[in-house]
Amino acid sequence: MSTRTVEMALATPGLDDRGRPSRLPLGVGTAVDDDLGAEHMLVNIGPQHPATHGVLRLVLELEGETVKRCIPHIGYLHSGFEKLGEYRHYNQIVPLTDRTDYLSPMANNVCLALAAEKLMGIEITERCQVLRVIACEMSRVISHLVWLGTTGIDLGAFTPFLWSFYQRERIYNLQEAWTGARLTTSLTRIGGMMADVPDGWEAGLRDFTATFTKTLDEVDTMFTRNSIWCGRTQGVGVLTADEAINYSLSGPMLRASGVDYDVRKDRPYLGYETYDFDVPVGEHGDIYDRYRVRLEEMYQSNRILEQALDRLARLKGAPLNTDDHRVILPPKGRAMSDMEAMIHHFKQVMEGVPAPAGEAYLGVENPKGELGYYFVADGTAKPVRWRIRPPSFINLACLPKLCEGALLSDVIAINASVDIVMGEIDR
Amino acid sequence: MGLTLPSDGEIAEVPAVSPNWLTTRLDFLVNWGRANSLWPMPFGTACCAIEFMATAAGRFDISRFGMERMSFSPRQADVLICAGRLPFKLAPIIRRVWDQMPQPKWAISMGACASTGGIFDTYAMVQGIDTIIPVDVYVPGCPPRPEGLMYGIMLLQKKIKGETMADPSLRQELLVNDQGFFVPPAKIDEISEPFGNSVHQTRSA
Amino acid sequence: MTAVAPGLSPSVEALRAAFGSAVLRSAVSCGDSIVWVDRDRAHEVLAWLKNTPGQEFNYLTDITAVDYRDPGQPLEVSYQLRSLGRKVDLRVKVPLDKAKPLTVDSVFDLWRGADWLEREVFDMFGVTFAGHPDLRRILMWDTYAEGHPLRKDFPLRGNFTRAEQTRQALAANPEAHYSMEELSIADAFNELPDDMKRRLLEGQRGELR
Repeated sequence: MSTRTVEMALATPGLDDRGRPSRLPLGVGTAVDDDLGAEHMLVNIGPQHPATHGVLRLVLELEGETVKRCIPHIGYLHSGFEKLGEYRHYNQIVPLTDRTDYLSPMANNVCLALAAEKLMGIEITERCQVLRVIACEMSRVISHLVWLGTTGIDLGAFTPFLWSFYQRERIYNLQEAWTGARLTTSLTRIGGMMADVPDGWEAGLRDFTATFTKTLDEVDTMFTRNSIWCGRTQGVGVLTADEAINYSLSGPMLRASGVDYDVRKDRPYLGYETYDFDVPVGEHGDIYDRYRVRLEEMYQSNRILEQALDRLARLKGAPLNTDDHRVILPPKGRAMSDMEAMIHHFKQVMEGVPAPAGEAYLGVENPKGELGYYFVADGTAKPVRWRIRPPSFINLACLPKLCEGALLSDVIAINASVDIVMGEIDR
Repeated sequence: MGLTLPSDGEIAEVPAVSPNWLTTRLDFLVNWGRANSLWPMPFGTACCAIEFMATAAGRFDISRFGMERMSFSPRQADVLICAGRLPFKLAPIIRRVWDQMPQPKWAISMGACASTGGIFDTYAMVQGIDTIIPVDVYVPGCPPRPEGLMYGIMLLQKKIKGETMADPSLRQELLVNDQGFFVPPAKIDEISEPFGNSVHQTRSA
Repeated sequence: MTAVAPGLSPSVEALRAAFGSAVLRSAVSCGDSIVWVDRDRAHEVLAWLKNTPGQEFNYLTDITAVDYRDPGQPLEVSYQLRSLGRKVDLRVKVPLDKAKPLTVDSVFDLWRGADWLEREVFDMFGVTFAGHPDLRRILMWDTYAEGHPLRKDFPLRGNFTRAEQTRQALAANPEAHYSMEELSIADAFNELPDDMKRRLLEGQRGELR
């Protein structure tokens, strides 16, 4: 018979020397009475359930109220992205990436462009790098904001949802001004960007970075020392560092368990090594630490955004797209007046850009974890294989481990803490 | 006065009521009530669900239409909003949810994927949820903006306000065969051709 | 290949020294080091890479497979490994002859993260991972009869017509999606509704292929 130890904070938790709420085990660890275990119950949650963040389906084997086994079922949103990608040119895959992890579309676009550029051996300009960093960090903020809002709802707090969606709308306005779409941005092209930022856009983002942290402070005030929040999250869904590595977790899930691994620091891309930012690392590996890590990541993203804006101001007027004519379309004015340019334009759009035979894997630090795109090319304009390394798919795979021995109500909290997005899990 | 609301299965027994002063006034009252307190069942699957959440949040505020009461149980819902793409694996689920909803009920197909399959003309994807459940309003867009969804909701309200209990066929669900099809199989093949559903779609409200 | 390609990971030479002919070939593509190993010793090689001091590829980034457009070319299962401490990557590929059964040893015992990744490769490519404790389809449903979608001989729109796909989808009973493992939870079996018990006893669950 397994014993279950629940670490809980007192109703008014004290602070430890680092100013964090201390965790005082109340000694709730009690052996579940054997008599209660006589009946096992099968409970099905989903696929249409508001708390499963999409169309995830969980089958739980319960003993009393304790979860003995959790079996997730996925695939209810399987759309055939990877198959579809084999029928598309590299640039035509960009709109598909919007729709995999639809909470951070711009970061996916950036990852795709980087992977294809690695495959084709293309260097991008510095201004393009800075804009892509801005795109990635904006995505991180909106993705974590959705996580914050929906997790708050799952644990019974509705107000943070309204706060975070208000801030999301501000970023959506910026995204819309830049790309023309709120959600399906299709921002990048191989070798550059779909569009430069419009005039005056930087001022809008500066306004956002200057005021946005106020919302985070409010959330911090409301949650971080809240006894209900602490009670629901501390010591629940614990994963040690070794387990997290063994389960191939990535992103905040891995860092909350105390593994200091961030692709931006360890395998830098887009010049992230030149930005000044910290990677928050948890130590308990529970839901509370995941919350702290994600909250802090939003502050850090804000720092990166501010630095990137400074660089963008310095690079005003610098070229945006690479001058490699293999991949970049001729300017519209020339394509309409010059025969050669028009033929080039036509061929590039109709036949696509051939990639040399070879393969490339590139991982970036997406809000959910390490997103990797793996291309295998055979010299034609369409990839032989486009593989998405989906961070939430791999993070979700440890759900049975996290839920084992938890209470039924904790399953919702644990599931929320993994920060899944079904479009990416099922692809 | 045969004012019993025609319900599923009893359609044949309801005597045809010709529109008269009483039924039209009653229609107005009933439809006014129904149209302004729709309880949506959000069947959110993918990207559109995020825009649906944005519609429910502060800036767009779906409660202005009397719809803020999300009904996550189909048995208390009036309108099913399918927000997002629908793979074949999920098709029996949405059908069951639809069957569990009591009459009167309506369906909004939100977004290109739900309406036509969108860019996903693949092995896994239903090419338009109207091959699975009957749809009242199609909202185009990938994803539709919240304003677009609201326009769809207002169209649905307009449709509801035009309904009359004198027409028993409004609540009829006619299956074309015993396998649960609303649309004949040949028609499904036809509208599922590449670009099929988007050019053949003439049933929008 | 005799000359060492520039940029090749030193782990490949170490592998050659330790495993000899089991290392089929190696290459550098776009800066990534790739090593092809024989199927029969793939598990051994991966275990060695994970556990040997100096290699310590302790993080399994990804498992996937590639089916090439040329039907004669073998299907390849690809393991993307990373050493978190040393901050280096290595891709290990295992070619599988399509004329023979597509089988490779599971690395579930080395990395738990391989669980779903191997199931996905099984679902999408039909590669069997010997020793995987719960190898069943993960994205498509258990009774999916059209084949393995990411194979090159599988058409984009599937093997069946849309009407047939719709018919199968509507005929599916969502409850029948419980796996045998779930239904066989011993204590819960008696609590099941009669029709589910009957279906279970009849073995109405679709064959795993």
